[in-house]
Amino acid sequence: MAIALQSTIGGPSQRTLILRYLRRNKSLAVGLIILIFLLVFSIGGSFVVDTEKLAYPLAVAPLQPPGAEFPLGTDKDGRDLLAVMIRGILLTGAIGVIAGTIGIVVGVVLGFVAGYFGGPFDLVVRWVTEVLLTIPGLILLIIIAGTIVDKNQVSVLTMAAVTSVLAWVGPTRVVRAQVLTMKERTFVSIAKLSGMGNMEIIFKELMPNMLPFLVAAFVGQVMGAIYASFGLEILGLGPAREPTIGMTIRWATFHSAMFNQWWWWLLWPVLAMVLIFASLSLINVGLDEVANPRIRRTE
Amino acid sequence: MLSASRENLTVRLGYILRRFLFLVFVMWTAATVLFLIPRMSRVNPIRERFNALARSTGYAPKDLESIIASYELKFGLDKPLPQQYVDYMASVLRGDLGVSLMSYPKPVAELIGEALPWTIGLLGVTTVLTFLIGTVIGALAGWPRSPKWIKGMVPPLMILAAIPPVILALLLVYFIGFRLKLLPMGGAFSAGLTKEFSLPFILDVLSHAILPAFSLILGSAGFWALGMRGMGITIQGEDYVNFAEHKGLKPGRIFYWYYVRNAILPQVTSLALAFGGIISAGVLVESVYGFPGIGSTLSAAILANDYFVIYGIGYITVVAVAVSMLVVDLLYPLLDPRIRYDRK
Repeated sequence: MAIALQSTIGGPSQRTLILRYLRRNKSLAVGLIILIFLLVFSIGGSFVVDTEKLAYPLAVAPLQPPGAEFPLGTDKDGRDLLAVMIRGILLTGAIGVIAGTIGIVVGVVLGFVAGYFGGPFDLVVRWVTEVLLTIPGLILLIIIAGTIVDKNQVSVLTMAAVTSVLAWVGPTRVVRAQVLTMKERTFVSIAKLSGMGNMEIIFKELMPNMLPFLVAAFVGQVMGAIYASFGLEILGLGPAREPTIGMTIRWATFHSAMFNQWWWWLLWPVLAMVLIFASLSLINVGLDEVANPRIRRTE
Repeated sequence: MLSASRENLTVRLGYILRRFLFLVFVMWTAATVLFLIPRMSRVNPIRERFNALARSTGYAPKDLESIIASYELKFGLDKPLPQQYVDYMASVLRGDLGVSLMSYPKPVAELIGEALPWTIGLLGVTTVLTFLIGTVIGALAGWPRSPKWIKGMVPPLMILAAIPPVILALLLVYFIGFRLKLLPMGGAFSAGLTKEFSLPFILDVLSHAILPAFSLILGSAGFWALGMRGMGITIQGEDYVNFAEHKGLKPGRIFYWYYVRNAILPQVTSLALAFGGIISAGVLVESVYGFPGIGSTLSAAILANDYFVIYGIGYITVVAVAVSMLVVDLLYPLLDPRIRYDRK
């Protein structure tokens, strides 16, 4: 009510406040601008270019350098690289978002149950996460992807499933630690005394306070999943039939694009990867500032 | 006095024992997971290997099934699962990781042993260099008296740290190796040179290692710089730094003995952990450069469906990380007297 009243009086609107904050939090702003550019390019591009056909082999003349007909050129198997980039950014993003979502949901459930209720379950969660932190993630994923999954049947969904195997570890630890510090605070005790149930406390009192942490953890896991799937793709364990960014780089290096002067085949996907990682990490740094006001820039 | 030190000793021993048990537990878990994963899958490594051979040579043995059965007999895959588990654990304890399928009958341990020196050489040097460069930049960037251009180095380093070193490796190969032809594009030494301990050979190896090393350093110096800068900024607010300033100590003295000395502690921990991770940290970069370390062995093993090599590499990476964690836990109280062994 008070907020609504303020805005009718003529204080700065919500939008102005957000814009003003973004001007101060430059990394968040720049990260979001790159992300919006990537989204417009890939989602908007899907409507303009027939990616269902052109991003797959034998669609166009092979190995055309960038020019009037093919702005980004074509690869050795006859894919139009503009269509590959449009579809690749979408698919790569999808792997990250699916794995990140699974990771955050599982992490929130495990972290809340372990942190809030404690007991033997907490002990098990703590040990499992500690052991998993010891095992280098990429190696574990290579073993899973290389043995359980049939190499010729890998799809984008398989990649998301494999990378989500480890995506819950980080969020679980963050959520558990936050719940442990929060549940001793006064506002939780008051909620308990006023007769709130455990579930109600978790969803109405704890969850809203953790939102910035959860968003930051989500972005972190999306980045982690994209990195992990990219690693698997470089090593030849990726979805061979799908034009993800990582697979495009894999094919370009596999066919020695560089030595053969087909620079465009490698340059665009590398550029896309640089933009994806730069944008996500800038957003992550910016969100960190939202979550921990103590490190806010003062200058 | 005497009883206090004896009590201290038991606490210390208890702590060491607890950490050691955790190490054993981690190694046992890793070995068990590596035992279970292949048995959960329907993929038969030996059948896959023969199918791949048949595809590449066009020759499919008629008695494939019996060949596979005899190999399974040899690897003990026909026995009941608990018996297999016991045998497997016993062989892991002996350091026997099985035989490679792609270069049969070479043992996996030998194959890894050949690749390991390359990886340790490359990653060991880059890890130390990255630590030094990142920490120095981070310390200076967090220090209020340093010039502006040092502080300006942090954001670019941060963005570089977000980009996988492999991507940087590809860019460096293209621009420096291919376009400018300044440095070799891959491998560990030029073809035609014999492996010997001579100056030309060593120089050749070094010139091949520069690009992979540079992509690893560029890609991770930012982590160290950020960590050091963050710790440094926290420490500037501490009372003892203020006190030292008010005492009128020289800025240089405060910088080294009050600021760097304290801020560097978590960095040293991370350095020890990074050493544990060197086997797996360069896997992708190595495979892009065709550098004959663990990474190239791993990617060749993946291509050839050589499952035993994949498991073997998985196992030694876990052991390396777990051992370095133990070392950190044992060293840390020596570095930082404020940390006690008992966590009460």
